[in-house]
Formats: sequence, C-alpha cells, structure tokens
Amino acid sequence: MIVYILRRIGQSLFALAAMAILVFIGVFAIGNPVDILVNPEANQAEIAATTARLGLDKPLWEQFARFVGHLFQGDLGTSFVYGRPAMEIILQRLPATMELAVTALILAVVIGVPLGVYAGLKPDSIGGRSVMAGSILGFSLPNFWQGLLLILIFAVLLGWLPAGGRGETVEVLGIRVSFLTLDGLRHMILPALNLALFKMSLVIRLTRANTREVCLQEYIKFARAKGLSSTRIVLVHILKNIMIPVVTILGLELGSMIAFAVVTETVFAWPGMGKLLIDSINLLDRPVIVAYLMLTVVIIVTINLIVDLLYSALDPRVRLSQVKA
Amino acid sequence: MTALLSIEDLKTHFFTRDGVVKAVDGVSFSLMRGQILGLVGESGSGKSVTGFSLLGLVDPPGRIVDGSIRFDGEDLVKGGEPMLRTLRGKRIAMIFQDPMMTLNPVLRIDTQMIETVLAHENVSRAEALKRARDALVMVGISSPDERMQSYPHQFSGGMRQRVAIAIAMLHKPDLIIADEPTTALDVTIQAQILAEMQKLCAETGTALIWITHDLAIVSGLADRLAVMYAGRVVEEGETARVIERPLHPYTKGLIASVPQGKTRGARLQQISGMPPSLRSLPKGCAFRPRCARADEACLEEPALEEKLHGRKARCFHPWSLDEAADARRQAPSRDGMAETAT
Ligand SMILES: Nc1ncnc2c1ncn2[C@@H]1O[C@H](COP(=O)(O)OP(=O)(O)OP(=O)(O)O)[C@@H](O)[C@H]1O
Ligand code: SF4
Ligand SMILES: [Mg+2]
Repeated sequence: MIVYILRRIGQSLFALAAMAILVFIGVFAIGNPVDILVNPEANQAEIAATTARLGLDKPLWEQFARFVGHLFQGDLGTSFVYGRPAMEIILQRLPATMELAVTALILAVVIGVPLGVYAGLKPDSIGGRSVMAGSILGFSLPNFWQGLLLILIFAVLLGWLPAGGRGETVEVLGIRVSFLTLDGLRHMILPALNLALFKMSLVIRLTRANTREVCLQEYIKFARAKGLSSTRIVLVHILKNIMIPVVTILGLELGSMIAFAVVTETVFAWPGMGKLLIDSINLLDRPVIVAYLMLTVVIIVTINLIVDLLYSALDPRVRLSQVKA
Repeated sequence: MTALLSIEDLKTHFFTRDGVVKAVDGVSFSLMRGQILGLVGESGSGKSVTGFSLLGLVDPPGRIVDGSIRFDGEDLVKGGEPMLRTLRGKRIAMIFQDPMMTLNPVLRIDTQMIETVLAHENVSRAEALKRARDALVMVGISSPDERMQSYPHQFSGGMRQRVAIAIAMLHKPDLIIADEPTTALDVTIQAQILAEMQKLCAETGTALIWITHDLAIVSGLADRLAVMYAGRVVEEGETARVIERPLHPYTKGLIASVPQGKTRGARLQQISGMPPSLRSLPKGCAFRPRCARADEACLEEPALEEKLHGRKARCFHPWSLDEAADARRQAPSRDGMAETAT
C-alpha cells in the first residue's frame, strides 16, 4: 500500500518536471512577454530594464535553473503582470473554480445517475431512448457551443438567469463563495450546468450500461425470488453495484473538471483559475502558467489517489485483497 | 388430499427477433405437501424456464402463454405479480445452480438474509437477525455471527450454497424449487448438500422440486419424477416405478445411460442423435428422429396420458405395456442406440 502510494508520487513528480520544461520552452517559443508588458511608447532602455528585472535577459537554461532553485524554497515565481507571487494569484481564484466544479459534479450525479438507471431498466421505452439521445447530444456538441446555447436560451431569450460573472459572494473562513447567496446561486446555475453536461452524459451512459449488466446477473433474479420489492432491488442491489464504477470515473473526472473548467469559465466570465490561465497565456505570464499547470497536476494526482482508496472502500472484494497485499 | 402444486399444460414462450422459442410447451405435473419431485431432462429442455414460470420470474421477451399453475388452491398465472410477490421467498423459495452468482457480491450476508425476512414480515431487525442466525445454524454453518458479517467472496462454493439454502429456508416455505443446486459443486459437497436438503425438507414438511439433468442424483432422492424433453413433460410418475419400468423411449434411454452398480464396467448406452433445436422441432412427436420405436403414428403429436395406473407418458408406443411387443421391438432398437464404453 505504502509502496504503491510512493510509486504514484514518484510518477507525478516526473510528470511535473516534464511539464515545467515544456512550458518553459513553449512560452519562450511563442514570444517575448516584455513586448506585451511594457508601454508601447517605452524606449530601448526601459525595455532592457524590464527584461533584466524579470530575469529574461539570461539564457533559457539559466532561467530554468533559477526557477528550480526557487521551487525548492517553495517559491513558484512572481507574476510578470501582477508583480505578486504566482501561487497567491492562483489560490485566490481557486475557490471560484472549486465551487463550480463541485456543483457541476453534484449536478452530474444527481441528474445523471437516476436517468441512467431509468434508461438501463427500461432500455426500449420512449423515455429510455430519449435519455440516451439526449446524452449523445451532451457528449458530442462542443462545450463552448452548449454554453452559448444556454446563455442564449436562459439569459437572452427567457431572461431568467444572468449570463456571466460570479454574483454576490460571502466570505466563509476567509474564502469567497457564491453558493450561499441567492444571487450567487443564480449566477452559478448556468456555468455549473454547462460544466456538468458532458460529465452528466458520461454518467448516464456509464450508469445505463452497468444497470443493464447488473440486471442480468443471477443475484438480481435471486433477489426477486426472495420476494423483495422492486424498489429495494433497484435502490440497494443494483445501485450499490453500479456506484463502484460511477464513483471511480467521477472522481477521476473531478480532477479534470477543476483543471479544465477553462472553456466554461471563459464563456461565462467566471473569475476562476481557468479564466486566469487564458488571460495569462494571452499575456505570456509564464510564472502563472507554470504554477497553474503544476497545481493542476498535483490536484489530479491527489484526487486519483483518493479515488483509489475510495474504490477499495466501496468494493469489499478489493478491500480484502489489499489487506493481504 | 389435494395437491400442493398442480401444473396443467404450462406453456412459456420467448418472442425473440428471429422467431418464437417454445421453451416450455406443455408441462404438467403435480406435487403433494412434503413431496420431492425430480424434474429431469437434458440441457435446454426447459427445466429452468419451468421453475422461473412458477415464480413469475420469466423476463421479456418470454411470457406464460397458456396453462395453469395452481398452488394451494390459488391460480398463480391469473393472480399475477401482486400475488406472486407475497409468495416468493415466503411460501415458494428458489435456489439456483451457481452459488458464486446468486449472492450479491457487494452486500454482506446478514443484509441479504435480513432483507428476506423483512420483505415478508413486520418484525424488528434484531428478530430478523436472530432468525437469519438460526437458519445458518440449521444448514450447518459454524460461528454464524462472524459469518454473517462477511461478504460472499469470503465463502467457498459449498458454503455459499448453504447460505442460499438458509435464505430459502428463512420462512419455512411450502415449496422450494432447487435448480441444479449441486451441479457447480464438487462431488463430496454435492452429496452433503443433497442429504441436508432432504433432511431439512423432511423436518419442515417442505415440498421440493429438484431440477437436474442427472437422473442418478434424483433417483435416490425424489418421490416422483417428471421427465422433460424439448419443453414438454414426456413422462411422469413415482420414481421407483419409472426407473424400474420406464414408459417413454426417452426415459428408457436416460436410464440406460446412467452407470449402475450391476452394469458398472459394462457398456453404457447413449441416446443417439442430437438434442433437438427448439426453433425447428420435427412434425409430430419431438423425439421421433431419435426414437427407435417411431412409426407413422408418431407424425401426429402425442398427448400426455395416463398409460398405467398413476403413470403418465407422452407416447404412442410406450414400453412396458405389452412385453411381447417390446421384446420384438428390442432387436431393431439396438441399431438406434449408439454404444459407448465407459
Ligand atoms: N431469454 C431467453 N430468450 C430466448 N430463449 C430463451 C431465453 N431463456 C431461455 N431460452 C430458451 O429456452 C430453452 C430452455 O432453457 P432452460 O434454461 O429452461 O433449459 P434447462 O433445461 O434449464 O437447461 P440447463 O440444463 O442447461 O439448465 C433453451 O433452449 C433456451 O434457448
Ligand atoms: S410417440 Fe413415437 S416417436 Fe415419440 S417417443 Fe413414442 S414411439 Fe417414439
Ligand atoms: Mg437450467
């Protein structure tokens, strides 16, 4: 078990290093941030001064070495644009993204699992077929397009919900959150739904496939032969079995949801990390880009690890073999 | 005394994309309280579908299209789902073939037992737990308290089947349908379970339908035999009499293919020909292509009729009725029987 965790951490460290190198080369290849940062009317001396201040006059390998050196002191660099530590800027935006991702995840499960079970129990009914057709749309339409459609329908045509921004926030334990105010919730519905749609389709398909498979199992027939009500069979015997794959996949997806809420945050002007990333790429703000991607990797690795542990908690067969191992 | 269960000309068909599969197409038998009936037939003859039909557990595209199932005076086919649900697990229980597959892998044994109690009786959890425990003790599981906290994968196959039997016994049902419950187990466990089931049923007065393709197993166990071929019961009667003087040529073939004490080491006879395909049954008697006694009369469909006192068969030329005629027929029948050494 411990060996396993250590190996996982080792793998992620390797991923982190590879990514940092790639980002350094990538940003270097795209252009010179100084061109964007300085005043267009700045003279040669001012440009040279800025370049020197940001350390961009050094060769790339030296810049990288300095970055690594600082990294070991827990410093991910200072934003070229804001002049503040990159990590601080990102962490400031983290709650907004987390809030959005978790809400989207909850939506995906709360809507997706029942629909998937229904479609699995009644695959040939009109309802079951409609659910599947809907999930194909959710799967195949581009995310930004779904987002624009949501805005068009609910914000522009119907005028029920705001089209962008975070709305009113309140501070809880020093973190600004939207979901505790009515206005914040109203702002959150559309982006959360947008972020959830793809995962929801995934959950529906996964749940349906698993429900159909579990339904054919002898133990379901045996449960029926025991005289159990169909409610109990669905809610306990079927659901408990399908939750194993659903939880696994969703856990893995949560990581990518936090990391790549980029499209949704851009479409809905949601001030989260994803939007920050897009802005930083536009400004070639290398420290922020690097820090963002590193944080993302750490988040994904951590979540995957938690999912693995959760998985073994859900499935008694896995639990046993791990105790032995 | 009226029968506990009496099935009359039951037909369960599957309406599949490529045609109707008449899995059960004329099953009749009856059973008294506390009796054991062996339901015998080769693979695909419709034994399991018969069992599921009794409990109303046939799934689409299959359904019961004809016939009646009377259980303790009530018609289960007419009674439908509400009546069946009150009977399932309570008055009629079922045990399946593969104990590896019948228990839900993610639920603890106690959960799976308690829910069975609570599905039919309004008792406290503690009471349900106590009953579950007693049932486990009854089927010979040691340290039941500890065992109940386990998951199915922590049990051996034989133990799992014992748990399944314990679950079936929870409500002391009037009837248990056991669908090849020992086929997946090794021989010693098989014998143990067989003996235990027999003892339990005798103690509780439970009637038993033991489904198997192995005539040897039921001949020592069952009071009555019903032999199935291609979805139909072709012979029914008291076990000892059926074994001693089978009426239907198929039954006779089955008996000849079972190794017996006195013939051990001798050549065993197998029924020649292939098991029938339900999609393309021959005209008339379904056994005709494999039957040495067949003649033109067999192009009509025979009905299940009483041939001897208390003995039914579905055949125009049953054995054992006319010994002289049998003797004459015996000679050519040799050609129809492929001989194999054991
Ligand atoms: N869901 C189904 N759809 C179509 N045909 C089916 C279905 N279930 C069973 N059948 C058919 O019904 C016939 C009888 O099946 P059944 O399971 O009752 O046989 P069996 O006598 O129990 O055989 P075995 O000894 O192999 O268990 C088989 O030929 C099978 O193809
Ligand atoms: S009816 Fe004819 S074909 Fe069928 S079993 Fe009897 S003798 Fe054979
Ligand atoms: Mg079967």
